[in-house]
Amino acid sequence: MTGIRTPEQEVARFRGRLAVAGAVALVCFGLLAARFFYLQVVRFDYYSTRAEDNRISLVPIVPNRGLIMDRNGTVLARNFSAYTLEITPSKVVDLEATIEALSALVDIQPKDRKRLKKLMDESKSFESLPIRNRLSDDEVARFIVQRYRFPGVELKARLFRDYPMGSFGSHIVGYIGRINDRDLERIEDSDDTANYRGTDHIGKAGLEKSYERELHGATGFEEVEVDSGGRAVRALRRTPATPGNNLILTLDLKLQEVVEKAFGNRRGALVAIEPGTGGVLALVSVPTFDPNLFVDGIAPQDWDELNNSPDHPMVNRALNGAYPPGSTFKPFMALAALMSGKRTPGQAISDPGYFDFGGHHFRDDKVGGHGYVDMYRSIVQSCDTYYYRLANDMGIDLIAQLMGEFGFGSKTGIDIEGESSGILPSPEWKKRRFKKPEQQKWFGGETISIGIGQGYNAYTMLQLAHATATVAAGGVMFKPHLVKYIESASDGSRRMIEPQPIKTIPIKPEHIDTIRRSMVGVNREGTGARAFAGAPYVSAGKTGTAQVYSLKGAKYSSKISERLRDHALFIAFAPADKPTIAMAVLVENGGFGAESAAPIARAVLDYYLLGKLPAGIAPEDPGAEGGVGDSTGE
Amino acid sequence: MSDFRFNPRKWLIGVLSPLDGPLTLIVLAILSFSTVVMVSASPERLDTLALNVGVAFMVMWIAASVPPQRMMTIALPLYVLGVLLLVGVALFGDVSKGARRWLNIGVARIQPSELMKVAMPLMLAWYFQSREGLIRGRDFLIAAALLLLPVGLIAKQPDLGTAILVAAAGFYVLFFAGLTWRLILPVVVVGVVGIGAIVAMGDTICQRGVEWPGLRDYQKHRVCTLLDPTSDPLGKGFHIIQSTIAIGSGGIFGKGWGKGTQTHLDFLPERHTDFIFAVLTEEFGLAGALLLVLLYILLIFRGLFIAAGAPTLFSRLLAGALTLIFFTYAFVNMGMVSGILPVVGVPLPFVSYGGTALVTLCLGVGMLMSIQRHRRRVGT
Repeated sequence: MTGIRTPEQEVARFRGRLAVAGAVALVCFGLLAARFFYLQVVRFDYYSTRAEDNRISLVPIVPNRGLIMDRNGTVLARNFSAYTLEITPSKVVDLEATIEALSALVDIQPKDRKRLKKLMDESKSFESLPIRNRLSDDEVARFIVQRYRFPGVELKARLFRDYPMGSFGSHIVGYIGRINDRDLERIEDSDDTANYRGTDHIGKAGLEKSYERELHGATGFEEVEVDSGGRAVRALRRTPATPGNNLILTLDLKLQEVVEKAFGNRRGALVAIEPGTGGVLALVSVPTFDPNLFVDGIAPQDWDELNNSPDHPMVNRALNGAYPPGSTFKPFMALAALMSGKRTPGQAISDPGYFDFGGHHFRDDKVGGHGYVDMYRSIVQSCDTYYYRLANDMGIDLIAQLMGEFGFGSKTGIDIEGESSGILPSPEWKKRRFKKPEQQKWFGGETISIGIGQGYNAYTMLQLAHATATVAAGGVMFKPHLVKYIESASDGSRRMIEPQPIKTIPIKPEHIDTIRRSMVGVNREGTGARAFAGAPYVSAGKTGTAQVYSLKGAKYSSKISERLRDHALFIAFAPADKPTIAMAVLVENGGFGAESAAPIARAVLDYYLLGKLPAGIAPEDPGAEGGVGDSTGE
Repeated sequence: MSDFRFNPRKWLIGVLSPLDGPLTLIVLAILSFSTVVMVSASPERLDTLALNVGVAFMVMWIAASVPPQRMMTIALPLYVLGVLLLVGVALFGDVSKGARRWLNIGVARIQPSELMKVAMPLMLAWYFQSREGLIRGRDFLIAAALLLLPVGLIAKQPDLGTAILVAAAGFYVLFFAGLTWRLILPVVVVGVVGIGAIVAMGDTICQRGVEWPGLRDYQKHRVCTLLDPTSDPLGKGFHIIQSTIAIGSGGIFGKGWGKGTQTHLDFLPERHTDFIFAVLTEEFGLAGALLLVLLYILLIFRGLFIAAGAPTLFSRLLAGALTLIFFTYAFVNMGMVSGILPVVGVPLPFVSYGGTALVTLCLGVGMLMSIQRHRRRVGT
């Protein structure tokens, strides 16, 4: 830094710096010594008294977790108080023998033992871990009498989470589970460690996870005098806990139930949104699972069952499953054509039943073609040729740009986790997606099938419902959300989650009107007409069928495995002139959209607009009342 | 014939010859003190402690037998390995207790940041040695880059304590290599003034709603908890409150061995690891604390003495840096436990329970011993 020095100068400077380092070390240790002197001599009396008084221990008071209710007050998640038997492994001499002896007093199943073992692997030895939850009164009494025989085993009153509706809406509500290392990391990162002292459960999925902050509440604490053995003698002062806030959802649980029942044993998803607000009315993914299994640590065999099922009940298909939209894509393509001026409503083609491009024969479903087809007929009859040609005229870049406007290919921003962004195909996307140069090139032929919602297209039902709701609302896009109000559990005051308009897509009202009329035509005289026959309201819809496996012209037969059959889709909104509900339905391997998906949409609209319940669903659910005040204790 | 007969005395001298007398005695003294405290704080860990000490002394003995020239040859490979492992941790590491620090290599889980504590001073000392006689400002820039790469990786894990220690280790090499005062002094002045300002105005700037430029809310929270532990009695403040009570109530001679109420009524957190100093001072008072500080001063001055007599630039820089690392460990830990430094995970050297840290420290001591023993054999 200051020129080159001789080795002697170097050594001299080095020794000088050693001296500086030594001096700094001495000063620092001096500082420490001064601090010790201050603490131990100057303020000895003060700290000595504090240590004496430190018979006072701070005991956290865990707040009650907030409830989750649907828009009509039906409780989806609540708390109840029960006794749990807990073991602190480090305080027990022979764990096996202790558990054996305990099993004479209370019922301990092999799965309880397995769960304890799993918990022990995940936690520190001085934590107390549950061996049996929800003891019966008899078991409590038997244990209390014999308590002296079991050092390190304690009976604790605890709040348990309960999901009274079981599997209904489980993908939305999610579940809580014991705090693990990863949760601890998050808690530490957000500096919530203090607030989680005493809490041993945390939201793991769904609303329980995304609204953890609201639901948890603020931990209070109690100053307790302890004797020299550390046992509590009396309470001195308490700062009560602030209970977590309740969530009141936009969701209509009855509607959710109607949908889940309508699906029967089939797999699929449905999302229904209120167009003017973005409030989610139903978000169904079937099959579902029982969230109650997770609350106290899921038993290994239950977990395996859920995880290895070919139906994948744990996957939230509505949010996470991306499917080709099939012909439900056509109304959006038509709208894009109007917006970009590539088509006028009256402009018509003569459909020969196929479209030739680059030597490839793109076939229409209807052999011989639909004849003279304008925009209205193209949607009502679901004419493929019209859209093959349109896609070719628009080109992939314009398609990707305008479909992106409707939210296809990007996350909607809904207030639970796990949303997938789907695939909005474009040459740029292909470049990112594939590594080999020969795979990265976009071919003109690929654009053609994009036009009918096939090819690389893949969207979630949430995106499809979101886009449908946006069209239904005249181009105003609202952020989809599940929570309508956050309610304070202490004073009942409600904070409304305001509908958040994301943007207004510049579409001329007459263009929207063309699409609306065409979709009304679908349900009146087109592919949706059979499902909506006799409906006393005017609805707009579009059927769709998404290819899972290419039949190469062959007909369906029993030889084609059920899982290779096409997915059936349907989008709809109603009432057509002033929509209050918009939705997208998918039935996995359901075949044609008109046959299996449209009837589900009909059931939804019949219930939502007319209050008509399908057979097999009780009009008033007993679980809808009471329940709310069920949480006890602090 | 008598030359071939087994002579226990000669054999013992031969075996002990790599070890430096004063250093060995000082480390043994601190370890004995630690054992006494551990009997009170956590007697069930004594077996493992004995095992840890055994392994650590083996490592120390091996390090002391390796001549400094040999250490130079492994500096670069060790550093590269360390950085690669850290990148591995960032990509595939296991998460434990809220941080991604461990790398599972099949047979065992290793913590590469620990390796960096030794690899860092070795690498920088080697770098300056290779540039001896030609050292310019550019070299300090390169050395700083070599320093910041692993420190950044460790800080991201996140492991602030180790990141600080590794950064300090590297900085000491730069300092001893002659980093200009024109760069050091302004940083020191700004630091002192800044800390002074925060302490003086703690009450106003810690109020709710006051935002600190460039810092996140939780970082502000951490500093404010240090200034006023009672503002967070259930969280981090709890540790500081309880450990200062333990220290203060110890008085001049302490409450006596095994009689610390804070310790034995479970008020002290982490009493066998990071907060063991609070146990020591509660039971042995100011006298015990000063005795430990004195032992550390002896250790550090022996280290500085070895550095002063070291023959090559490499061994000088290494010895100086290693010595100051011991100082940093001791000062940061005692400062944190007595409430003058923020709580970061730094163990008390040779006293806190923990195998990895003990082995790393003894490795450092062994290197110092080797430098002392080989001081005459190598000339420059």
